[in-house]
Amino acid sequence: MAQQATEGEFTLDTAAVLAAGEPPSAIQGRSPWYLAWRRMRRNYVAFFFLGLFILICVACLLAPVYAKHVAGTGPNNGHPLEQIRVNGVLETVLSPGGYLDKHGKQCPSAFTDPSCHLVSSIPIAPTWFGAGGRFVLGADANGRDVAVRLLYGGRTSLFIGIVSSLICTFFAVILALLAAYYGGWGDFAITRFFDLMYAFPVILLGIALGSALAINGFHHWGINVQSGSIWIPTLVISYVLVAYVGRPLRGQVLSLRQKEFIEASIAQGASPFRVMFIELLPNIMSSVLVFFTLIIATNILLESSLSFLGAGVQPPTASWGTQIADGQDLIVTRPWLSLAPGIMIVLTVVALNVFGDGLRDALDPRAKVRVQR
Amino acid sequence: MVAFLVRRTIGAILVLVAVTFFVFVIFIVVPGGDPAERIAGKNATPQNVENIRHDWGFDRPFYVQYYKMMEKMATGSLVSYTSQQNVVQQIEQGMPATFSLSIGAGVIWLFFGILVGVISAVSAGKFSDRAITVLALVGVSLPIFWLGIVTRYYLAEGGWTSFFPDGEYVPLTDNPAQWFFHLILPWAVLAVGFIGFYGRVLRGNVLDTSNEDYVRTAKAKGLPPNRIMRKHVLRLSLIPIITLFGLDFASVLGGGAILTETVFDLHGVGQYAAQSINNFDLPPIMGVTLYGASFIVVFTVLVDLLYAFLDPRIRPT
Repeated sequence: MAQQATEGEFTLDTAAVLAAGEPPSAIQGRSPWYLAWRRMRRNYVAFFFLGLFILICVACLLAPVYAKHVAGTGPNNGHPLEQIRVNGVLETVLSPGGYLDKHGKQCPSAFTDPSCHLVSSIPIAPTWFGAGGRFVLGADANGRDVAVRLLYGGRTSLFIGIVSSLICTFFAVILALLAAYYGGWGDFAITRFFDLMYAFPVILLGIALGSALAINGFHHWGINVQSGSIWIPTLVISYVLVAYVGRPLRGQVLSLRQKEFIEASIAQGASPFRVMFIELLPNIMSSVLVFFTLIIATNILLESSLSFLGAGVQPPTASWGTQIADGQDLIVTRPWLSLAPGIMIVLTVVALNVFGDGLRDALDPRAKVRVQR
Repeated sequence: MVAFLVRRTIGAILVLVAVTFFVFVIFIVVPGGDPAERIAGKNATPQNVENIRHDWGFDRPFYVQYYKMMEKMATGSLVSYTSQQNVVQQIEQGMPATFSLSIGAGVIWLFFGILVGVISAVSAGKFSDRAITVLALVGVSLPIFWLGIVTRYYLAEGGWTSFFPDGEYVPLTDNPAQWFFHLILPWAVLAVGFIGFYGRVLRGNVLDTSNEDYVRTAKAKGLPPNRIMRKHVLRLSLIPIITLFGLDFASVLGGGAILTETVFDLHGVGQYAAQSINNFDLPPIMGVTLYGASFIVVFTVLVDLLYAFLDPRIRPT
């Protein structure tokens, strides 16, 4: 595919690494990581989106501060009957519902008075700081502050995204290294396991596992996870995606396994552990890093989908997916209930995707053929 | 060739058996889903539950239960635990909607994915490439169910921007115009993410292929750029796209578009699966999983065959 650059030749890779007017000595003898950093640091778009992602993380980490000092309520506290002053006008958090007459009063008897209508109770609209920081994005059907839940939901979604990505990449790397290093029956078993996982539609397997575990939790092999715990979606998501990370990594390790430096290291008497983790692992580390970043984005999307279908995060715990599901019924009157968490998901996932893309361009040595001039 | 097909068919059957066994184990290992109590209903006496448990064979060893279930599946007499409806018939009822959704969306996403990929590769580094890249990444990042809810609300549920009918599936044989009209939004929503993803992948492939020696030769011969792109670059760059498309299309045909089907209430196979999972109803889940997995397995073999046909350097192994 890409031509092998001979020594001293000026390739597109050198061009991408060297800025105009810099001497070639600036990159001579530097590590691949340093070269990647040199390519990366000029990618301002990627850094902008990394900043956005960090901003979202910090905002969600500060959720308790916001909840305590600005909104004055917790993520699961409902205030359905409370009256608050929005720009000087007194409003109830949940408008009274049921059979009401023309003046908005409760009808004593719905069937005798013809002026009575059945009115559903509607939560307060976004107050946009008209109420001193309370119900900035309005309330949900249970009278809970949407802005507070949005930040707490972000904590849940980001936690699940990042932790499940860590677990998933960890096991994928181990499986890929074991399969490619040992070959034979071990490789056969692991690749068949990957084939099996590929044969399931991801979401179908996710909701099957998620809803099966949501009922009573998981209590086998010394692992005890309670039923409403957010560890259930975390583990389900990491399990479902292991094959999708493991298979490409195994391919990479397999081709590295044939290289002379592995042969040399085995000839020197290196233990399998040393060959796998000291020799092979650093060589696939750049791919692992890229996968890790991009898988967080996938996992956040998957978490929201599972939660939306009721197989992920269980109520009352807030997450962006459950918030969209909750807000779905009120979309006509209060679209912000489902718009706000959706926008947060899109921002987070776009940020991770753009950053991961930039990271791949910088780390992937084949990036030299990506941009033609 | 024959050896290849025989080997792959045996492999496919083994994978399908493993898949069903795996689903079965999930629902056996997980406690709390005693199907006998579900069938018996709320006011059942312990004796009733015991009778049902015996009649349905829930007191037998799990491998006997598994075998019985597979036997029923093979003869098409598998019955749901909660609604007592025939699973195979239910899946057949959902298939027209699922097929309509997948085929339409598949055509859209393949066409626009290739278009987007080629345009951004040809204009690599320019403004239009950057704009398309950002749009493609946004498309990949949209939660599909949220996009469905939002488009449904703004484009189909009243208000002056309501151009489309709201949800539900109209059979093609009843009214082709309404069938098309009702499916436009679901098609678009399902296709958006794939378009972005395929566009990104194809862009990279086209740029990689453009650097090949034979493309330089074609340029040196003085072939027009259009012809080089169509006959030389795309021919090779599209091969990975075909693998992707085969697997994605199989997954969507096999009920993988659960979110789109649920949001637009299309009553397809995916929605049936989602409902059964909520009811903790093992037979339909088993049926749909097997149905979906067989599509994926069959399409994997098809893709491998097509691969060998498109790139004669590759032989099916």
